[in-house]
Amino acid sequence: MPSVEDYKSDVENQWCPGCSNFSILQALKKALVDLNKTPDQVCLVSGIGQAAKLPHYLKCNFFNGLHGRAIPIALGIQVANPNLTTMVVTGDGDCYGEGGNHFIHAIRRNPNITVVVHNNEIYALTKGQASPTTRLGEKRTLHVRGVDIEPLNMLTIAIMHNCTFVARGFAREIDHLKWILVEAVKHPGLSYVDVIQPCITWGTRSIAWYEERVQELGEDHDPGDKKAALEKAQMTEETMPIGILYRTDPRTSFGHNYRSEVTDGPLTQMPSMEANQLEETLSRFILDSTL
Amino acid sequence: MFVKDLNVVIAGSAGEGIQTIGDILAKTLALQGYSVFTWNEYESRIRGGQNSYSIRVGEEPNNAPLLNADILLAMNGGAVKKYRGLLKEQGVLIAQNEAKEAKEDVIGIPFDEIAKEGVGEEIYANTVAVGALTSVLGVDLQTLKRVLERIFSEKGKDVLEANYKAAEIGFERAVCDCGDRCPWTLPPRRATHFLISGNEAIPIAAAFAGCRFISAYPMSPSTGIITFLAKEQDRLGVFCEQAEDEIGAINMALGASYAGARAMTATSGGGFALMTEGISLAGMTETPLVIVLAQRPGPATGLPTRTAQGDLLFAIHAGHGEFPKLVLAPSDAKDAFQKIVRAFNLADKYQTPVILLTDQFLADARYSYRDFENSDTRPVYYLADPSAIREYRRYQLTSDGISPRLYPGQGKHLVCVDSDEHDEEGHITEDLPETVQSMVEKRLAKFRKLRSEVRPPEEFCSDDMDLILVGWGSSRAAILEGIRLLEEKNVRAGMIHFTEVWPLPEYHFPEGPSLWTVESNATGQLARLLRSEFGVSFEKTISRYDGLPLTGEYIARQIYAQR
Repeated sequence: MPSVEDYKSDVENQWCPGCSNFSILQALKKALVDLNKTPDQVCLVSGIGQAAKLPHYLKCNFFNGLHGRAIPIALGIQVANPNLTTMVVTGDGDCYGEGGNHFIHAIRRNPNITVVVHNNEIYALTKGQASPTTRLGEKRTLHVRGVDIEPLNMLTIAIMHNCTFVARGFAREIDHLKWILVEAVKHPGLSYVDVIQPCITWGTRSIAWYEERVQELGEDHDPGDKKAALEKAQMTEETMPIGILYRTDPRTSFGHNYRSEVTDGPLTQMPSMEANQLEETLSRFILDSTL
Repeated sequence: MFVKDLNVVIAGSAGEGIQTIGDILAKTLALQGYSVFTWNEYESRIRGGQNSYSIRVGEEPNNAPLLNADILLAMNGGAVKKYRGLLKEQGVLIAQNEAKEAKEDVIGIPFDEIAKEGVGEEIYANTVAVGALTSVLGVDLQTLKRVLERIFSEKGKDVLEANYKAAEIGFERAVCDCGDRCPWTLPPRRATHFLISGNEAIPIAAAFAGCRFISAYPMSPSTGIITFLAKEQDRLGVFCEQAEDEIGAINMALGASYAGARAMTATSGGGFALMTEGISLAGMTETPLVIVLAQRPGPATGLPTRTAQGDLLFAIHAGHGEFPKLVLAPSDAKDAFQKIVRAFNLADKYQTPVILLTDQFLADARYSYRDFENSDTRPVYYLADPSAIREYRRYQLTSDGISPRLYPGQGKHLVCVDSDEHDEEGHITEDLPETVQSMVEKRLAKFRKLRSEVRPPEEFCSDDMDLILVGWGSSRAAILEGIRLLEEKNVRAGMIHFTEVWPLPEYHFPEGPSLWTVESNATGQLARLLRSEFGVSFEKTISRYDGLPLTGEYIARQIYAQR
């Protein structure tokens, strides 16, 4: 049985002391232990930003790639080796801004990966510029009159396009977040978790402001009800419902059809082409007048 | 009259089937025992415009494009107008709708009408046209029928019979109409040929090289590569994905490669521009990757279906920062096959991106070969054995800069890679005096070793020559033909031809003859590259930048005019 200790990394943490990323890290470690995964079975993929540094602080396989490009990297990994538990840890700038196109198409592809978005409504690593989720009116260094473009609600886009697992968590509620992450990883196909992560350095609202508004979804919420899920996902002001907003029957996942025809194991373990197979392929280009 | 070297040009609008006519005729000639070389030029549209398909016929393979035509078959009046100038003095024009004009050199055959009358449907006009060409060339109708059988037997007996009939009608009609104006005869020969294009050789080579993953975004002239693999994916075992954009394409391929699968992508200039951050990522994370860059004229959208060699310096310099990278530029389809295998092997060995530079001409042209395979060309794998490693560090410092590479899940070892500057374990570092410098030096050590593997250019020259033509990539056959044509005018020219263009190996240029580069770009990019690497100076540069391929005639004419 793995323990949280197995996931402990010796790398010096670069996050601001007291950052709620620490809670997300803790929830993730606990979830992986609950899922009975050992570090070698897990592959974290990230881009650039504060959230994207997480893989360095949790001992496992990881690919810390470019800003916005975590998802296509994860797609390649997952399809090449479906035995790995592939997770993307990313932020609102990384995933909704620079990588927005990849995320939208990942929803269509439905890869069997989990995407965890640390949504702090800000570009933190570049010192507080507005992100795609920064609220209207907030004054930022590059929005001197206040943000005047609508914040993006990716949760609703995901639900609209039948992402079969859509959840919102709160960084400060570690056990609840852990539970969401466990369910997310277990879900076949793309599971997407947006985590409210108040920024203690650049944020304009206190942690208490969020705590007052965050509300766990009750028993009365039916995650199979798309309309209800959309309603809950749109709530970002007075109350912010957290929990599994939308969960529906798994649909065909990325690469499944190829795998069922060709191989169900890692692509790298497929036998190499035999000499006669090459000959057969090339023979189609032979024109022999002597036959 | 038997002609040793003949060029047939088929011209018409997109949608009129000139590709089909050309393909069937090329196969018929090859099955008759002749070497054929085909190339086509076409507009970026699905219907209309005027395009051409050229077939060069000879007894021995000569895979160089010719511009002038011995026989021009035009499917419409516009094609006659656009391409008539290509016809040689003794050439014959076969035109569909000039039947009424009793001009000496025009053989008018109304293919559409004949097809409708004789077979019942106009769609058989193409086969009527191939029948006519088969007759004009003095090739056996039976050989054409064998090709038709290969192509149409899958579509049922009726379709095949209708095609046979269309071919017969076209053949007979041309016999009547030609009279003594078509002196050619191509009697059957005993010969076996491979007839294959660049974009067919590349995907087969990739699958043979162990490629298991390709992701790409459709872009002419590279699209044929993923199209071929998509069709054959189950049999060849290559997972194919059409990405949302080229950034997604290269990153997916990098993810697959990190996870242990040999991976590639293919694109053209604009898509390659989007991929450059990914190329840099491959360099930094030391992830093997093969990228095919099929060039077309730029800048921006440029000429989507035309050819160029305008991205040489771009490819060499692609990606921010300093990291090892190999750029190969094959000369033809067979060379592309071998270089793709080499690209996968060296990408794996040096854990770095390898770019294969082709162009529309090489991608689409069909080359003839007596034999194709080369037993020296085999996939070689360089992954480390996890059981032989006690403590694994992905970026372990070694004397040659090459660290043992494992993939995640290969064993118990954790495989950690980072696009930030990193330490041996793959973690972010800001340790400037030690770790950062060693990592830069580690990557450059790989570059030095890689350089020692690069092959010198092909030489076809001696010190007493008048001039030496220095070229690269797909223009090799055209340059050799240019040299032959110059010889007829008593100019002794040689060739130095590069097919591995970065890094450049140790090399000494001959000092006597004057050196000219020959390039399909306007600014002499090869000349600039060689000048900066070798300090060598060039007398002149023969440039072509009109979107058409370099031909021997073009090169010889330019040299003759500029000397």
